[in-house]
Amino acid sequence: MTDEEAATPVVQKTPLASRHDSLGARMIDFAGWLMPVQYSSILEEHRAVRERVGLFDLSHMGELSVEGVTAGDALAAAVVSNPPDLAVGRAHYSMICAPDGGILDDLIIYRLAPDRFMVVANAGNAVVVSDALAERLTGSRAVLDDQSLATGLVAVQGPRSVDVLGPHTDVDLASLRYYGVAEGRVAGIPVLVGRTGYTGEDGFEVFVAKERTAEVWDTLLAAVDSFDGLPVGLGARDTLRLEAGMPLYGNELDRTTTPYDAGLGRTVKLGKPGGFVGRAALEKVNAEGPKRRLVGLVVEGRGIARHGYSVYAGQRKTGVVTSGTQSPTLGVPIAMAYVAPADGEPDTRLDIEIRDARVPARVVPLPFYRRSS
Amino acid sequence: MSVPTDLRYTRDHEWVRIDGDEATVGITQYAADQLGDIVFVELPDAGRTLETAKSFGVVESVKAVSDLFAPVGGEVVATNDALSSGPELVNSDPYGEGWMVRIRVEEAADLNDLLDAEAYDALVAAG
Repeated sequence: MTDEEAATPVVQKTPLASRHDSLGARMIDFAGWLMPVQYSSILEEHRAVRERVGLFDLSHMGELSVEGVTAGDALAAAVVSNPPDLAVGRAHYSMICAPDGGILDDLIIYRLAPDRFMVVANAGNAVVVSDALAERLTGSRAVLDDQSLATGLVAVQGPRSVDVLGPHTDVDLASLRYYGVAEGRVAGIPVLVGRTGYTGEDGFEVFVAKERTAEVWDTLLAAVDSFDGLPVGLGARDTLRLEAGMPLYGNELDRTTTPYDAGLGRTVKLGKPGGFVGRAALEKVNAEGPKRRLVGLVVEGRGIARHGYSVYAGQRKTGVVTSGTQSPTLGVPIAMAYVAPADGEPDTRLDIEIRDARVPARVVPLPFYRRSS
Repeated sequence: MSVPTDLRYTRDHEWVRIDGDEATVGITQYAADQLGDIVFVELPDAGRTLETAKSFGVVESVKAVSDLFAPVGGEVVATNDALSSGPELVNSDPYGEGWMVRIRVEEAADLNDLLDAEAYDALVAAG
Protein backbone atom coordinates (compact mmCIF):
# COMPACT_ATOMS: atom_id res chain seq x y z
CA MET A 1 0.00 0.00 0.00
CA THR A 2 1.37 3.42 -0.91
CA ASP A 3 1.29 6.35 1.49
CA GLU A 4 -1.43 7.95 -0.55
CA GLU A 5 -3.68 4.93 -0.27
CA ALA A 6 -3.01 4.66 3.44
CA ALA A 7 -4.12 8.25 3.94
CA THR A 8 -7.43 7.75 2.16
CA PRO A 9 -10.08 6.62 4.64
CA VAL A 10 -12.30 3.81 3.42
CA VAL A 11 -15.86 5.06 3.47
CA GLN A 12 -18.42 2.31 3.15
CA LYS A 13 -21.64 2.68 1.23
CA THR A 14 -24.96 1.21 2.29
CA PRO A 15 -27.06 -0.82 -0.19
CA LEU A 16 -29.19 2.34 -0.59
CA ALA A 17 -26.46 4.74 -1.72
CA SER A 18 -27.91 5.11 -5.22
CA ARG A 19 -31.37 5.77 -3.74
CA HIS A 20 -30.01 8.60 -1.60
CA ASP A 21 -28.23 9.98 -4.61
CA SER A 22 -31.37 10.09 -6.75
CA LEU A 23 -33.34 11.61 -3.85
CA GLY A 24 -30.80 14.45 -3.73
CA ALA A 25 -29.69 13.72 -0.17
CA ARG A 26 -26.79 15.60 1.35
CA MET A 27 -24.30 12.89 2.30
CA ILE A 28 -21.74 12.88 5.10
CA ASP A 29 -19.10 10.51 6.41
CA PHE A 30 -20.55 9.12 9.64
CA ALA A 31 -18.63 6.47 11.58
CA GLY A 32 -16.90 5.38 8.38
CA TRP A 33 -20.10 5.20 6.34
CA LEU A 34 -21.41 7.52 3.66
CA MET A 35 -24.82 8.41 5.09
CA PRO A 36 -27.65 10.85 4.29
CA VAL A 37 -27.74 13.73 6.78
CA GLN A 38 -30.80 15.32 5.21
CA TYR A 39 -32.94 14.95 2.10
CA SER A 40 -35.05 18.10 2.18
CA SER A 41 -34.90 19.88 5.54
CA ILE A 42 -34.12 18.57 9.01
CA LEU A 43 -37.13 20.43 10.43
CA GLU A 44 -39.53 19.05 7.80
CA GLU A 45 -38.19 15.53 8.21
CA HIS A 46 -38.46 15.82 11.99
CA ARG A 47 -42.08 17.00 11.77
CA ALA A 48 -42.95 14.24 9.29
CA VAL A 49 -41.89 11.63 11.87
CA ARG A 50 -43.70 13.33 14.77
CA GLU A 51 -46.93 13.93 12.83
CA ARG A 52 -47.02 11.23 10.13
CA VAL A 53 -44.19 8.88 9.22
CA GLY A 54 -40.57 8.78 8.08
CA LEU A 55 -38.25 6.22 6.48
CA PHE A 56 -34.62 5.80 7.58
CA ASP A 57 -31.61 3.96 6.14
CA LEU A 58 -29.80 2.51 9.16
CA SER A 59 -27.77 -0.05 7.24
CA HIS A 60 -24.60 1.25 8.90
CA MET A 61 -25.61 -0.31 12.23
CA GLY A 62 -23.82 -3.51 13.32
CA GLU A 63 -25.69 -6.82 13.50
CA LEU A 64 -23.99 -9.62 15.42
CA SER A 65 -25.50 -13.08 15.60
CA VAL A 66 -24.79 -15.17 18.71
CA GLU A 67 -25.92 -18.75 18.42
CA GLY A 68 -25.61 -22.04 20.31
CA VAL A 69 -27.15 -23.85 23.26
CA THR A 70 -25.14 -21.70 25.69
CA ALA A 71 -25.63 -18.44 23.75
CA GLY A 72 -27.82 -16.79 26.41
CA ASP A 73 -25.48 -17.52 29.30
CA ALA A 74 -22.44 -16.58 27.25
CA LEU A 75 -23.99 -13.23 26.37
CA ALA A 76 -24.98 -12.69 30.00
CA ALA A 77 -21.30 -12.88 30.95
CA ALA A 78 -20.41 -10.34 28.26
CA VAL A 79 -23.03 -7.57 28.69
CA VAL A 80 -24.71 -5.80 31.64
CA SER A 81 -28.25 -7.12 31.04
CA ASN A 82 -29.45 -10.71 31.33
CA PRO A 83 -30.37 -11.97 27.84
CA PRO A 84 -31.64 -15.38 29.14
CA ASP A 85 -34.52 -13.38 30.71
CA LEU A 86 -35.78 -12.52 27.22
CA ALA A 87 -38.64 -14.60 25.83
CA VAL A 88 -38.23 -15.65 22.22
CA GLY A 89 -39.52 -12.78 20.08
CA ARG A 90 -38.54 -10.10 22.61
CA ALA A 91 -35.71 -7.57 22.79
CA HIS A 92 -34.15 -5.36 25.43
CA TYR A 93 -31.81 -2.39 25.70
CA SER A 94 -28.38 -3.26 27.04
CA MET A 95 -24.76 -2.15 27.25
CA ILE A 96 -21.38 -3.73 26.94
CA CYS A 97 -18.81 -2.40 29.39
CA ALA A 98 -15.07 -2.57 29.91
CA PRO A 99 -13.75 -4.17 33.13
CA ASP A 100 -13.62 -0.67 34.70
CA GLY A 101 -17.36 -0.20 34.06
CA GLY A 102 -16.89 2.25 31.18
CA ILE A 103 -19.39 1.84 28.34
CA LEU A 104 -18.01 0.29 25.13
CA ASP A 105 -21.40 0.60 23.43
CA ASP A 106 -25.12 0.57 24.00
CA LEU A 107 -26.96 -2.29 22.35
CA ILE A 108 -30.32 -3.78 21.56
CA ILE A 109 -30.38 -7.55 22.06
CA TYR A 110 -33.13 -9.53 20.27
CA ARG A 111 -33.94 -13.15 21.11
CA LEU A 112 -34.86 -14.81 17.82
CA ALA A 113 -34.92 -18.45 19.02
CA PRO A 114 -34.12 -20.25 22.30
CA ASP A 115 -30.48 -20.53 21.24
CA ARG A 116 -30.19 -17.59 18.82
CA PHE A 117 -29.72 -13.89 19.62
CA MET A 118 -29.02 -10.81 17.53
CA VAL A 119 -26.99 -7.98 19.06
CA VAL A 120 -27.35 -4.59 17.34
CA ALA A 121 -24.45 -2.21 17.89
CA ASN A 122 -23.71 1.35 16.79
CA ALA A 123 -21.87 1.64 13.48
CA GLY A 124 -18.89 3.37 15.05
CA ASN A 125 -18.51 0.63 17.66
CA ALA A 126 -19.45 -2.45 15.63
CA VAL A 127 -15.87 -3.66 15.38
CA VAL A 128 -15.15 -2.94 19.06
CA VAL A 129 -18.28 -4.86 20.10
CA SER A 130 -17.57 -7.70 17.70
CA ASP A 131 -14.00 -8.03 19.01
CA ALA A 132 -15.10 -7.83 22.66
CA LEU A 133 -17.80 -10.46 22.14
CA ALA A 134 -15.40 -12.73 20.27
CA GLU A 135 -13.02 -12.56 23.22
CA ARG A 136 -15.70 -12.94 25.87
CA LEU A 137 -17.47 -15.82 24.14
CA THR A 138 -14.25 -17.80 23.75
CA GLY A 139 -14.63 -21.20 25.38
CA SER A 140 -18.42 -20.90 25.68
CA ARG A 141 -19.51 -22.92 22.64
CA ALA A 142 -21.64 -19.94 21.53
CA VAL A 143 -20.78 -18.93 17.97
CA LEU A 144 -20.42 -15.28 17.04
CA ASP A 145 -21.16 -14.29 13.45
CA ASP A 146 -20.69 -10.65 12.48
CA GLN A 147 -23.44 -10.05 9.90
CA SER A 148 -22.98 -6.25 9.80
CA LEU A 149 -21.78 -5.99 6.22
CA ALA A 150 -24.30 -8.54 4.93
CA THR A 151 -27.31 -6.85 6.53
CA GLY A 152 -29.33 -3.79 5.56
CA LEU A 153 -31.64 -1.99 7.99
CA VAL A 154 -34.59 0.22 7.13
CA ALA A 155 -36.67 1.89 9.84
CA VAL A 156 -40.27 3.13 9.58
CA GLN A 157 -41.01 5.58 12.40
CA GLY A 158 -44.01 7.74 13.23
CA PRO A 159 -47.70 7.48 14.13
CA ARG A 160 -48.59 6.08 10.69
CA SER A 161 -45.98 3.29 10.84
CA VAL A 162 -48.55 0.49 11.13
CA ASP A 163 -50.45 1.90 8.15
CA VAL A 164 -47.26 2.02 6.10
CA LEU A 165 -45.85 -1.39 6.94
CA GLY A 166 -49.06 -3.40 7.50
CA PRO A 167 -50.15 -3.84 3.86
CA HIS A 168 -46.66 -5.00 2.82
CA THR A 169 -45.90 -7.63 5.47
CA ASP A 170 -47.21 -10.98 6.69
CA VAL A 171 -46.04 -10.12 10.23
CA ASP A 172 -49.02 -9.58 12.53
CA LEU A 173 -48.21 -6.04 13.63
CA ALA A 174 -51.17 -5.85 16.01
CA SER A 175 -49.65 -8.59 18.16
CA LEU A 176 -46.08 -7.30 17.86
CA ARG A 177 -45.60 -5.22 20.99
CA TYR A 178 -42.97 -2.55 21.71
CA TYR A 179 -39.57 -4.29 21.80
CA GLY A 180 -41.05 -7.36 20.12
CA VAL A 181 -39.39 -9.00 17.11
CA ALA A 182 -40.71 -11.41 14.48
CA GLU A 183 -39.42 -13.14 11.37
CA GLY A 184 -41.54 -12.70 8.27
CA ARG A 185 -41.63 -11.00 4.91
CA VAL A 186 -41.85 -7.45 3.62
CA ALA A 187 -42.69 -7.12 -0.07
CA GLY A 188 -42.19 -10.88 -0.26
CA ILE A 189 -38.60 -10.62 0.98
CA PRO A 190 -37.45 -12.47 4.12
CA VAL A 191 -36.88 -9.97 6.96
CA LEU A 192 -36.76 -9.52 10.70
CA VAL A 193 -39.18 -6.89 12.00
CA GLY A 194 -38.53 -5.32 15.41
CA ARG A 195 -40.91 -2.84 17.01
CA THR A 196 -37.99 -0.70 18.10
CA GLY A 197 -36.65 2.72 17.23
CA TYR A 198 -34.77 5.83 18.21
CA THR A 199 -37.30 8.60 17.69
CA GLY A 200 -39.79 8.47 20.57
CA GLU A 201 -42.52 7.42 18.14
CA ASP A 202 -44.12 4.08 17.36
CA GLY A 203 -42.27 2.31 14.58
CA PHE A 204 -40.45 -0.66 13.18
CA GLU A 205 -36.93 -1.63 12.23
CA VAL A 206 -36.69 -4.02 9.28
CA PHE A 207 -33.50 -6.10 8.98
CA VAL A 208 -32.94 -7.52 5.50
CA ALA A 209 -30.13 -9.05 3.47
CA LYS A 210 -28.10 -6.29 1.82
CA GLU A 211 -28.85 -7.61 -1.70
CA ARG A 212 -32.57 -7.06 -1.14
CA THR A 213 -32.51 -3.91 0.97
CA ALA A 214 -33.26 -1.64 -1.98
CA GLU A 215 -36.45 -3.57 -2.83
CA VAL A 216 -37.70 -3.17 0.75
CA TRP A 217 -36.76 0.52 0.71
CA ASP A 218 -38.55 1.15 -2.60
CA THR A 219 -41.76 -0.52 -1.41
CA LEU A 220 -41.75 1.28 1.93
CA LEU A 221 -40.77 4.66 0.46
CA ALA A 222 -43.79 4.53 -1.85
CA ALA A 223 -45.98 3.63 1.14
CA VAL A 224 -44.46 6.40 3.28
CA ASP A 225 -45.03 8.86 0.45
CA SER A 226 -48.69 7.88 0.22
CA PHE A 227 -49.11 8.98 3.85
CA ASP A 228 -47.36 12.28 3.18
CA GLY A 229 -44.23 11.03 4.93
CA LEU A 230 -40.57 11.62 4.03
CA PRO A 231 -37.23 9.88 3.88
CA VAL A 232 -35.33 11.07 6.97
CA GLY A 233 -31.60 11.58 7.40
CA LEU A 234 -29.25 11.47 10.37
CA GLY A 235 -29.85 15.16 11.13
CA ALA A 236 -33.47 14.66 12.11
CA ARG A 237 -32.63 11.29 13.67
CA ASP A 238 -30.46 13.23 16.12
CA THR A 239 -33.08 15.88 16.97
CA LEU A 240 -35.78 13.19 17.33
CA ARG A 241 -33.70 11.07 19.72
CA LEU A 242 -32.67 14.12 21.72
CA GLU A 243 -36.28 15.21 22.26
CA ALA A 244 -37.03 11.62 23.30
CA GLY A 245 -34.19 11.81 25.86
CA MET A 246 -32.32 8.91 24.30
CA PRO A 247 -28.52 8.82 24.68
CA LEU A 248 -26.12 8.86 21.73
CA TYR A 249 -22.80 7.05 21.97
CA GLY A 250 -20.02 9.61 21.67
CA ASN A 251 -22.17 12.29 23.28
CA GLU A 252 -23.92 11.00 26.41
CA LEU A 253 -22.11 7.65 26.50
CA ASP A 254 -18.43 6.80 26.16
CA ARG A 255 -15.56 4.82 27.67
CA THR A 256 -15.42 7.19 30.69
CA THR A 257 -19.14 6.92 31.44
CA THR A 258 -20.90 4.16 33.39
CA PRO A 259 -24.54 3.17 32.88
CA TYR A 260 -25.32 4.68 36.30
CA ASP A 261 -23.92 8.09 35.30
CA ALA A 262 -26.27 8.05 32.31
CA GLY A 263 -29.30 7.20 34.44
CA LEU A 264 -29.44 3.76 32.83
CA GLY A 265 -28.63 1.68 35.90
CA ARG A 266 -31.85 -0.27 35.31
CA THR A 267 -30.14 -2.03 32.39
CA VAL A 268 -27.45 -3.44 34.74
CA LYS A 269 -28.49 -6.73 36.34
CA LEU A 270 -26.03 -7.00 39.21
CA GLY A 271 -28.01 -9.90 40.66
CA LYS A 272 -27.93 -12.12 37.59
CA PRO A 273 -26.34 -15.57 37.99
CA GLY A 274 -22.66 -15.68 37.14
CA GLY A 275 -20.27 -12.81 36.73
CA PHE A 276 -20.01 -10.38 33.84
CA VAL A 277 -17.33 -8.05 32.57
CA GLY A 278 -17.40 -4.82 34.56
CA ARG A 279 -19.42 -6.21 37.45
CA ALA A 280 -17.08 -5.34 40.33
CA ALA A 281 -16.61 -1.77 39.10
CA LEU A 282 -20.32 -1.28 38.51
CA GLU A 283 -21.22 -2.68 41.96
CA LYS A 284 -18.97 -0.04 43.45
CA VAL A 285 -20.53 2.81 41.43
CA ASN A 286 -23.99 1.56 42.37
CA ALA A 287 -23.09 1.39 46.05
CA GLU A 288 -21.36 4.76 46.19
CA GLY A 289 -23.65 6.56 43.79
CA PRO A 290 -22.47 8.05 40.49
CA LYS A 291 -20.33 11.20 40.64
CA ARG A 292 -22.40 12.96 38.01
CA ARG A 293 -25.86 12.83 36.64
CA LEU A 294 -27.32 13.14 33.15
CA VAL A 295 -30.05 15.80 33.09
CA GLY A 296 -32.31 17.57 30.66
CA LEU A 297 -31.96 21.34 30.34
CA VAL A 298 -34.21 23.92 28.76
CA VAL A 299 -32.35 27.10 27.85
CA GLU A 300 -34.34 30.07 29.09
CA GLY A 301 -32.14 32.84 27.73
CA ARG A 302 -31.08 33.48 24.14
CA GLY A 303 -28.80 30.92 22.56
CA ILE A 304 -28.48 27.23 21.77
CA ALA A 305 -26.44 24.96 24.02
CA ARG A 306 -24.12 22.63 22.13
CA HIS A 307 -21.93 19.61 22.86
CA GLY A 308 -18.98 20.62 25.03
CA TYR A 309 -20.36 23.87 26.48
CA SER A 310 -19.76 24.34 30.22
CA VAL A 311 -22.58 24.32 32.77
CA TYR A 312 -22.40 26.44 35.93
CA ALA A 313 -24.24 26.45 39.25
CA GLY A 314 -23.69 30.05 40.28
CA GLN A 315 -19.94 30.64 39.80
CA ARG A 316 -19.05 26.96 40.19
CA LYS A 317 -18.61 24.81 37.11
CA THR A 318 -20.86 21.80 37.60
CA GLY A 319 -20.67 20.01 34.29
CA VAL A 320 -20.81 19.96 30.53
CA VAL A 321 -23.41 19.80 27.77
CA THR A 322 -23.40 16.49 25.87
CA SER A 323 -26.03 17.30 23.19
CA GLY A 324 -28.08 20.36 22.38
CA THR A 325 -30.28 21.80 19.69
CA GLN A 326 -33.31 23.93 19.06
CA SER A 327 -36.19 21.52 19.71
CA PRO A 328 -38.31 21.42 16.55
CA THR A 329 -41.34 20.12 18.47
CA LEU A 330 -41.12 22.33 21.58
CA GLY A 331 -39.72 25.42 19.87
CA VAL A 332 -37.14 26.06 22.61
CA PRO A 333 -33.45 25.19 22.93
CA ILE A 334 -32.97 21.88 24.76
CA ALA A 335 -29.86 20.06 25.92
CA MET A 336 -28.63 17.09 27.85
CA ALA A 337 -25.73 17.59 30.23
CA TYR A 338 -23.75 15.87 32.94
CA VAL A 339 -23.84 17.84 36.20
CA ALA A 340 -22.95 17.20 39.84
CA PRO A 341 -25.69 15.02 41.37
CA ALA A 342 -26.76 17.79 43.78
CA ASP A 343 -27.37 20.17 40.86
CA GLY A 344 -29.52 17.72 38.92
CA GLU A 345 -32.94 18.04 40.57
CA PRO A 346 -35.75 19.23 38.27
CA ASP A 347 -36.30 23.00 38.37
CA THR A 348 -32.72 23.70 39.48
CA ARG A 349 -31.49 26.93 37.88
CA LEU A 350 -28.15 26.60 36.12
CA ASP A 351 -26.22 28.66 33.57
CA ILE A 352 -24.71 27.49 30.31
CA GLU A 353 -21.66 29.25 28.91
CA ILE A 354 -22.58 30.04 25.32
CA ARG A 355 -19.63 31.77 23.69
CA ASP A 356 -18.90 34.72 26.04
CA ALA A 357 -22.21 34.78 27.90
CA ARG A 358 -23.74 32.83 30.79
CA VAL A 359 -27.25 31.96 29.67
CA PRO A 360 -29.85 30.77 32.19
CA ALA A 361 -31.24 27.24 31.90
CA ARG A 362 -33.55 25.06 33.97
CA VAL A 363 -33.26 21.36 34.77
CA VAL A 364 -36.26 19.41 33.46
CA PRO A 365 -37.17 15.72 33.66
CA LEU A 366 -36.28 13.56 30.65
CA PRO A 367 -37.63 12.92 28.10
CA PHE A 368 -38.40 16.37 26.73
CA TYR A 369 -41.07 14.85 24.51
CA ARG A 370 -43.34 11.87 25.07
CA ARG A 371 -45.86 10.76 22.44
CA SER A 372 -49.47 11.08 23.49
CA SER A 373 -50.79 7.68 22.38
CA MET B 1 -26.57 29.23 -9.31
CA SER B 2 -26.36 32.91 -10.06
CA VAL B 3 -26.41 35.61 -7.45
CA PRO B 4 -27.79 39.19 -7.50
CA THR B 5 -25.49 41.35 -9.60
CA ASP B 6 -26.07 44.55 -7.61
CA LEU B 7 -24.39 43.12 -4.49
CA ARG B 8 -20.80 42.48 -3.45
CA TYR B 9 -19.60 39.30 -1.74
CA THR B 10 -17.00 37.86 0.62
CA ARG B 11 -15.20 34.53 0.55
CA ASP B 12 -17.08 33.72 3.77
CA HIS B 13 -20.34 33.73 1.79
CA GLU B 14 -21.69 37.06 2.99
CA TRP B 15 -23.26 39.68 0.75
CA VAL B 16 -22.93 43.44 1.03
CA ARG B 17 -25.29 46.08 -0.39
CA ILE B 18 -23.55 49.43 -0.59
CA ASP B 19 -25.70 52.52 -0.30
CA GLY B 20 -23.70 55.76 0.14
CA ASP B 21 -21.56 55.28 3.25
CA GLU B 22 -23.72 52.46 4.59
CA ALA B 23 -23.38 48.73 3.92
CA THR B 24 -26.15 46.21 4.54
CA VAL B 25 -24.89 42.69 5.23
CA GLY B 26 -26.39 39.23 5.07
CA ILE B 27 -25.40 35.68 4.09
CA THR B 28 -25.81 34.29 0.59
CA GLN B 29 -28.38 31.75 -0.56
CA TYR B 30 -25.54 29.27 -0.95
CA ALA B 31 -24.49 29.76 2.69
CA ALA B 32 -28.08 29.47 3.91
CA ASP B 33 -28.62 26.29 1.90
CA GLN B 34 -25.40 24.77 3.20
CA LEU B 35 -26.35 25.53 6.80
CA GLY B 36 -29.84 24.12 6.40
CA ASP B 37 -32.76 25.22 8.59
CA ILE B 38 -31.58 28.30 10.47
CA VAL B 39 -32.99 28.41 13.98
CA PHE B 40 -30.98 31.15 15.70
CA VAL B 41 -29.21 34.35 14.73
CA GLU B 42 -27.11 36.36 17.19
CA LEU B 43 -26.32 39.93 16.12
CA PRO B 44 -24.51 42.86 17.74
CA ASP B 45 -26.45 45.78 19.20
CA ALA B 46 -26.65 48.99 17.24
CA GLY B 47 -23.83 51.34 18.21
CA ARG B 48 -21.15 48.67 18.41
CA THR B 49 -18.13 49.12 16.19
CA LEU B 50 -17.12 46.17 14.06
CA GLU B 51 -13.61 45.37 12.90
CA THR B 52 -13.07 44.12 9.38
CA ALA B 53 -12.86 40.31 9.14
CA LYS B 54 -13.60 39.85 12.86
CA SER B 55 -16.51 37.74 14.06
CA PHE B 56 -19.55 39.89 14.85
CA GLY B 57 -22.30 37.33 15.30
CA VAL B 58 -23.45 33.78 14.88
CA VAL B 59 -25.88 31.86 12.69
CA GLU B 60 -27.04 28.48 13.95
CA SER B 61 -28.86 25.80 12.04
CA VAL B 62 -30.32 22.72 13.67
CA LYS B 63 -26.96 20.99 13.33
CA ALA B 64 -24.26 23.60 13.19
CA VAL B 65 -22.91 26.87 14.54
CA SER B 66 -21.39 29.30 12.06
CA ASP B 67 -19.61 32.60 12.73
CA LEU B 68 -20.41 35.80 10.88
CA PHE B 69 -17.41 37.88 9.85
CA ALA B 70 -17.60 41.62 9.28
CA PRO B 71 -17.00 42.27 5.56
CA VAL B 72 -16.30 45.92 6.34
CA GLY B 73 -15.44 47.82 9.52
CA GLY B 74 -17.61 50.47 11.10
CA GLU B 75 -20.42 51.24 13.48
CA VAL B 76 -23.56 49.12 13.46
CA VAL B 77 -26.43 51.51 12.70
CA ALA B 78 -29.21 48.89 12.56
CA THR B 79 -29.77 45.19 13.11
CA ASN B 80 -32.61 43.09 11.74
CA ASP B 81 -34.74 42.46 14.85
CA ALA B 82 -37.13 40.30 12.82
CA LEU B 83 -34.53 37.52 12.83
CA SER B 84 -34.87 37.17 16.59
CA SER B 85 -38.33 35.65 16.24
CA GLY B 86 -38.02 34.61 12.59
CA PRO B 87 -34.54 33.23 11.89
CA GLU B 88 -36.03 31.18 9.04
CA LEU B 89 -36.18 34.43 7.00
CA VAL B 90 -32.48 33.86 6.32
CA ASN B 91 -33.40 30.65 4.46
CA SER B 92 -36.48 31.97 2.71
CA ASP B 93 -35.24 35.42 1.66
CA PRO B 94 -31.48 35.72 2.28
CA TYR B 95 -31.00 38.84 0.12
CA GLY B 96 -34.14 40.61 1.35
CA GLU B 97 -35.94 40.10 4.66
CA GLY B 98 -33.08 37.93 5.87
CA TRP B 99 -30.61 40.86 6.02
CA MET B 100 -28.60 41.04 9.23
CA VAL B 101 -26.85 44.33 9.99
CA ARG B 102 -26.34 47.77 8.49
CA ILE B 103 -22.89 49.23 9.05
CA ARG B 104 -21.62 52.81 8.59
CA VAL B 105 -18.47 52.10 6.61
CA GLU B 106 -15.35 53.55 8.20
CA GLU B 107 -12.72 52.56 5.64
CA ALA B 108 -13.98 52.80 2.07
CA ALA B 109 -10.85 50.85 1.06
CA ASP B 110 -12.41 47.73 2.66
CA LEU B 111 -14.93 47.69 -0.15
CA ASN B 112 -12.19 47.07 -2.71
CA ASP B 113 -11.57 43.62 -1.22
CA LEU B 114 -15.11 42.45 -1.91
CA LEU B 115 -15.97 40.16 -4.83
CA ASP B 116 -18.40 41.04 -7.58
CA ALA B 117 -21.21 38.63 -8.49
CA GLU B 118 -19.23 36.97 -11.25
CA ALA B 119 -16.24 36.29 -9.01
CA TYR B 120 -18.47 35.00 -6.23
CA ASP B 121 -20.33 32.69 -8.61
CA ALA B 122 -16.98 31.30 -9.70
CA LEU B 123 -15.97 30.78 -6.06
CA VAL B 124 -19.13 28.79 -5.33
CA ALA B 125 -18.83 26.81 -8.56
CA ALA B 126 -15.28 25.86 -7.62
CA GLY B 127 -16.64 24.50 -4.32
